[in-house]
Amino acid sequence: MKDFGYTVIKQRTIDYDQFDGRLLNEVLQMEPSFKVCLSCGGCTATCSANDLVSFNVRRMNLLLRRGETVELESEIKKCMLCGKCMLVCPRGINIRNVIMLIKKSILKYNPVKS
Amino acid sequence: MKKEGKIQVWQDYQKEIADDHYFYVRSCIRQNFFPGSEQTFLKILRKELGKDIYENPHHTSCSGIGYHSDIVPFDTIQTIVARQFALMTEAGYQNIAVSCITSFGIYNEIIETWKEYPAELEKVRNFLKKATGREFEVPQNVAHASDIVYKFREDIATHGKFRLINHKTGKPLKVVEHIGCHYSKMFPCKGVGGAEFPYVLAGMIEAWGGEVIDYPERRHCCGFGFRQYLIMSNRGYSVSNSRKKFESMEPYKPDFIVSNCPGCPMFLDRWQYVIEEMEGKTFGPDGQGIPVLTYEEMAGLVLGYNPWDMGMQMHQTNVEPLLDKMGIQYDPELKYANKEGKQIGHPTMVRCGC
Amino acid sequence: MKHIVIIGGGIAGIETASALTDAGHWVTLIEKDAQIGGKLNNWSNLFPNFTPVEKITDELKEKCRRKDFSILTNTEVNSVLRNKDKFSINTSDNQQLEADAIVVATGYELFDARRKEEYGYKIYDHVITSADLEQLFKSGEKLTVAAGKIPKRIAFVHCVGSRDEKSGNHYCSKVCCITGVKQAIELKKHLPDAEIFCFYMDLRMYGKHFEELYREAQEKYDIQFIRGRLSEASEKIDKSLLIKAEDTLSGRPLKMNVDLLVLLIGMEAGKGTAAAATSCSIGCEESGFLQTADSFLQSNISMQDGIFLAGSCTAPMTVNDTVLHARSAAQEVNNYLQKTR
Repeated sequence: MKDFGYTVIKQRTIDYDQFDGRLLNEVLQMEPSFKVCLSCGGCTATCSANDLVSFNVRRMNLLLRRGETVELESEIKKCMLCGKCMLVCPRGINIRNVIMLIKKSILKYNPVKS
Repeated sequence: MKKEGKIQVWQDYQKEIADDHYFYVRSCIRQNFFPGSEQTFLKILRKELGKDIYENPHHTSCSGIGYHSDIVPFDTIQTIVARQFALMTEAGYQNIAVSCITSFGIYNEIIETWKEYPAELEKVRNFLKKATGREFEVPQNVAHASDIVYKFREDIATHGKFRLINHKTGKPLKVVEHIGCHYSKMFPCKGVGGAEFPYVLAGMIEAWGGEVIDYPERRHCCGFGFRQYLIMSNRGYSVSNSRKKFESMEPYKPDFIVSNCPGCPMFLDRWQYVIEEMEGKTFGPDGQGIPVLTYEEMAGLVLGYNPWDMGMQMHQTNVEPLLDKMGIQYDPELKYANKEGKQIGHPTMVRCGC
Repeated sequence: MKHIVIIGGGIAGIETASALTDAGHWVTLIEKDAQIGGKLNNWSNLFPNFTPVEKITDELKEKCRRKDFSILTNTEVNSVLRNKDKFSINTSDNQQLEADAIVVATGYELFDARRKEEYGYKIYDHVITSADLEQLFKSGEKLTVAAGKIPKRIAFVHCVGSRDEKSGNHYCSKVCCITGVKQAIELKKHLPDAEIFCFYMDLRMYGKHFEELYREAQEKYDIQFIRGRLSEASEKIDKSLLIKAEDTLSGRPLKMNVDLLVLLIGMEAGKGTAAAATSCSIGCEESGFLQTADSFLQSNISMQDGIFLAGSCTAPMTVNDTVLHARSAAQEVNNYLQKTR
């Protein structure tokens, strides 16, 4: 290919039409409490892990809902499953189970890995 | 800080603790970390309080560390726990007294699972029967060993020879209490005082004359976190969490830390040595560390037990400054002597005021 | 002449009583406290325009003086018995009242902030509620923290006891967002050198002039808004408070030391409303507030003929909404009595 010294730049836009909802749907079906997340960040504030590493529990919801499975897969590994987030959550979400469900199923839907 | 407010919270989290006849289950790691603590507990219960407490040598690890490290599956740990309950049932006991916080959490988690999903219980009964031929009853009362010491704290105070008081100044010793995460963070109602303001250790400290230090990072984990410690390259996370706690408690000038977990006193003790070696930083006065005790050791000191008999020479942060403050007589020569009085050699890595 | 008994002597009760008296009915107002006016008596200024509460309460009390209706203070309702179109009401001092209609105006109770254990209300020295702050404004006392120090940094926590499964309250209390903005401005006026932060999950500025006040808080008073729910507060050795939240918009955990923490507590249906639900045999919603026959056209109609609802016993409400709801309750009662004549 010819190099003109510049390239066509990949769009940053979230292309929702490309969104693969299978993982999200599976998680929501198994743990419906996850539907009601209001992104308050209480979970992240109390998290034992994110003080020292860039782990953000709240963002798991967004990554899942936007189909960012590659990042999601590497992010959830940082969770220690201590459950402190569940003590704080104002919506009573079983966050530990959400993480477990993602761990269980993500490889099925992650096109890069599988 | 207003005491009345805390009392209100404590009243909301009262748990039932059996009065007598306990089936005692030991911790896997405590006998290495703090070898005299469990023995001290048994001695207090049998000798000071006249209680019936039984342990069975066939009891095994609950496999909690494996479970929390993603190695042991839930079905397996449920069956292992069922086997411990079978030993209890066979010995004619209904009350289980658990030494380890991890196990305590595991037992509660599994019993609650069985309440929510009775099919799991039936499945596990079947597994255990097939594997070992044993049958079991679910314990009527699950108490952590610290719950039991808490329950009898006034009796211990009555039998006590020392109080948590600086014998030179007459002032109460300032004590940091550290509760293992799995004591009440999973099930606040299973712990004395709940998860936000646990009272189990605070109650002992108060009953024995000390002053409880409530510092901002009191709720924070010691940093053990299983995977964080078990893999060496992750240990930075572990030590950083402990350091956060030390920094937060330092302005209060605590005389010692007490914990009811196997891991926490180990890490709060050893990491002080590590931080001193790595950064030259100590958190006690005059380059000393802050002594870290188990609650059994604290109770034993109150009851006048010999600190070296309780294995307190195993601490990496020296306990002598605390013994001196309490006015406890000890023979420094016997610190590293065996039962026959023969010296067994000094450790090379003791710091923090040594 | 028809007789109407109104249970509850707050804004809703008084306004309904006043309107029904105007319509020519005989009204008896039952109030459990020693004085009428309800929770408003404990408040200082009202959002969104800082109207002193006395302006409202004085007018309400004046209505009570001018108009001819009976007020029974220090009185509670023991039981309500229906006999066809009539009600027989037994009170705590054993009076027997006969009524043609009943209006329940039992209002709300403030959320007990001690239930959010992690915020340490009544444990930490300098954690107060929005209600405490109003009392302070009312008393005119100087706001100081440890050792007489003037607070330099203050944080407000939104949604304490509202939108919170852990408190058992799923609903939004509606008034706290704007109360926080109002109180932040008032504090800033008292303490011009203080930094003031509001920790919120969503800011719901739905009412007339609410959004403008929010803008004013940012523009004129430098109030800072951080989107994140507090996970905990703890007291430091100098009695200041270490608070933790996620700054969700920057995506990082945030901690901050503040001299004073104000909890914006929500509304709960409370014991009075629960008691009325039982004695009048009218239903409660899951939230504890009283059930209305229809939420659009019959928001004053209870599930029992002849028993009507006014004000915040049906849902969290602002003062304005309560006054309007009370007036419409009076209209409904009037229509009903015309029909049963």
